[in-house]
Amino acid sequence: MKKARLTAIIATAALFSVTAALAQGAKLSDNVIKVGVLTDLSGVYSELSGPGSVRAAQLAADDFMAANAAYKGKVQVVGVDHQNKADVASNKAAEMIDRQNVDVLMDLPTSSAALSAAEIAKTKKIPVMVVTGGTTALTNEKCNKYTFHYAYDNFMLANGTGSAVTKRGGDSWYIIYPNYAFGQDLDRQMTAAIKENKGKLVTASDATPFPNTDFSSYLLKAQSLKPKIFGTMQAGNDLVNVVKQYNEFGLKKQGIGLGIGLLFETDVAALGQDAYAGALATVPWYWNLDQRSRDWSAKFEKSFGKKPTWAQAGVYSATTTYLQAVARAKSDNGDAVVKALEGHRFSDFFARSAYIRPQDHRVTLDVYTVQVKPKAQAKEAGDIFTKVATIPSAKAFTPLAESKCKF
Amino acid sequence: MNTQLLLIQVFNGLVNGAFYALLSLGLAVIFGMLRIVNFMHGALYMLGAFAAFALGQAFGLGFWPALILAPLIVGALGMVLERTLLSRLYGLEPSYNLLLTFGLTLLTQDLVKQVMLSQFAVSSAPYTTPDILTGVVNLGFVVFPKYRLFVIALTLVICLVTWFVIEKTRVGAIIRASTENPSVTRAFGIDVSKWVTGVFGVGVGLAGLAGVLAAPIYSVEPYMGAELIITTFAVVVIGGLGSIMGSIVTGFAVGVLAAVGAAIYPPIANTLVFILMAFVLLVRPSGLFGLPEGTR
Repeated sequence: MKKARLTAIIATAALFSVTAALAQGAKLSDNVIKVGVLTDLSGVYSELSGPGSVRAAQLAADDFMAANAAYKGKVQVVGVDHQNKADVASNKAAEMIDRQNVDVLMDLPTSSAALSAAEIAKTKKIPVMVVTGGTTALTNEKCNKYTFHYAYDNFMLANGTGSAVTKRGGDSWYIIYPNYAFGQDLDRQMTAAIKENKGKLVTASDATPFPNTDFSSYLLKAQSLKPKIFGTMQAGNDLVNVVKQYNEFGLKKQGIGLGIGLLFETDVAALGQDAYAGALATVPWYWNLDQRSRDWSAKFEKSFGKKPTWAQAGVYSATTTYLQAVARAKSDNGDAVVKALEGHRFSDFFARSAYIRPQDHRVTLDVYTVQVKPKAQAKEAGDIFTKVATIPSAKAFTPLAESKCKF
Repeated sequence: MNTQLLLIQVFNGLVNGAFYALLSLGLAVIFGMLRIVNFMHGALYMLGAFAAFALGQAFGLGFWPALILAPLIVGALGMVLERTLLSRLYGLEPSYNLLLTFGLTLLTQDLVKQVMLSQFAVSSAPYTTPDILTGVVNLGFVVFPKYRLFVIALTLVICLVTWFVIEKTRVGAIIRASTENPSVTRAFGIDVSKWVTGVFGVGVGLAGLAGVLAAPIYSVEPYMGAELIITTFAVVVIGGLGSIMGSIVTGFAVGVLAAVGAAIYPPIANTLVFILMAFVLLVRPSGLFGLPEGTR
């Protein structure tokens, strides 16, 4: 009896020393890898990213530690609220890096907050993986050596939706966009994609105030212009209001289709999928894309209680990609990890045929143009998208030749 | 600018005007009687919309029962708040009331947000138009949603009834008397403070009603009243604080003016109301329908 216990103790000790030996190979600052999820924990984007993003990063850390014994107990995740404000984001980013010794920043919904956190990370030489922020500036004029853009961007949305809708016969558009950086950028990209596919705009796009609740005058204008597609570049609550009123004014029955710039699963849930039925949008992923995605989503739902949005799945994937780069670099030093990330090719349940472009740090992946199905066709709860087209990784994002990035 | 588009915008403006009118009417009634600038009015409007949504989710109640019940709930809540909190500040200067109602606004918004996320798992709630009012009517010059026409009509009726009650009935006479001169009214043996609670309830009930009416048009979310209330305050200032007819007429007029202005020069849509307010303050500081303080 005594002997058996002794053997067990020795075995455990041996196991520990093996683990320790393995971990000694990697140089970790303060002996842990700390993943900082800087996100919206309480505001308008908290439902589509927020606490779910923090949970996704935690799951990625757990899975990584389970798969790599050397890193057991060495990955930590912290979630911090940036309130969608650029100044708060840069303060929090600096605080996380300086005081909490965070080694990487994740998620960053709201373009302006993403840009300001990226600025901080650049001066502190800490990698940033932007998942939920959309501006293409991150990989163009505002790019830097430590910032990576995961999941989606405005070019990918416009390129996917603009060309898919136009090719399917929706070749005359009337576009409205919210009058701030994100909306103006998306309108420009969308217009370019439509024209490239021989479509036309029936009139110049209209800028709407932001935020805004009443879109009736634009809907009445659409009614008199009779375009084939009414394009809305609004996001979040503004989008919900536009779609609500689009239905109220009966535009669909008058033969005016709906084109959406940026669509999250939560926007659909806010009105019910029938309000969006038939509308096209482009997404990097959705939970029931295929069996692999379903398996991961089931795991997430079991842990979080809700189905993942594509933003949250993106955070899991980005966290995993980062941790694997640390493992390859055998260090969590910013420069070493950046080097390990650049040029990396991989494929996981979220990012297919993914490639991290070393020139501008755009992470390219296969993306999908989807159509919202009517409720009657949904086979289960949360079944909202039908895949219309897959845009291959190499074609989904801004061509390198057009990138304005220099670092 | 062709006349057809102008007509369309007039109609469109009447819908927005309907909401301004309902809200500023409530504010006017409350200010007239209690001398309180109720900053919480927007949050109560939101509560009306949220109550309609919650009644539907919890008890399966549709739009019509909600149209009656939600304003009653909001009104009752208002009376409780008046008795327990607002009434304690009557002797103090108005800024205390402003702070209190502003604080209550923040509290209400966050509470509703928590409830929405935890109970219904949405940050913005779906609410559908009642079947009988879905669809559009062809008015010849414009195809307009039936529901919006209903909003204009119902609001007009409510406003006129309120005006009638206050200006032409005995109840109204008591309310007006307590407004004009509380101490003299008390001398006639009328318990002014009893009326105060009721009037506050009616005033915020009107905000609740506006909220229910807004639910099928705008997305129901915790901050839906925050923006609207600012415009409504501008409307109240233009119309004249405390004037019943003033707030009704100004509500509709500002809605129409803003819509027409937006059609002529879109960037001005959000500022026109405030330009108007500044102008009125310069030319007629007590508002278009208000009497100068000295004549009261």
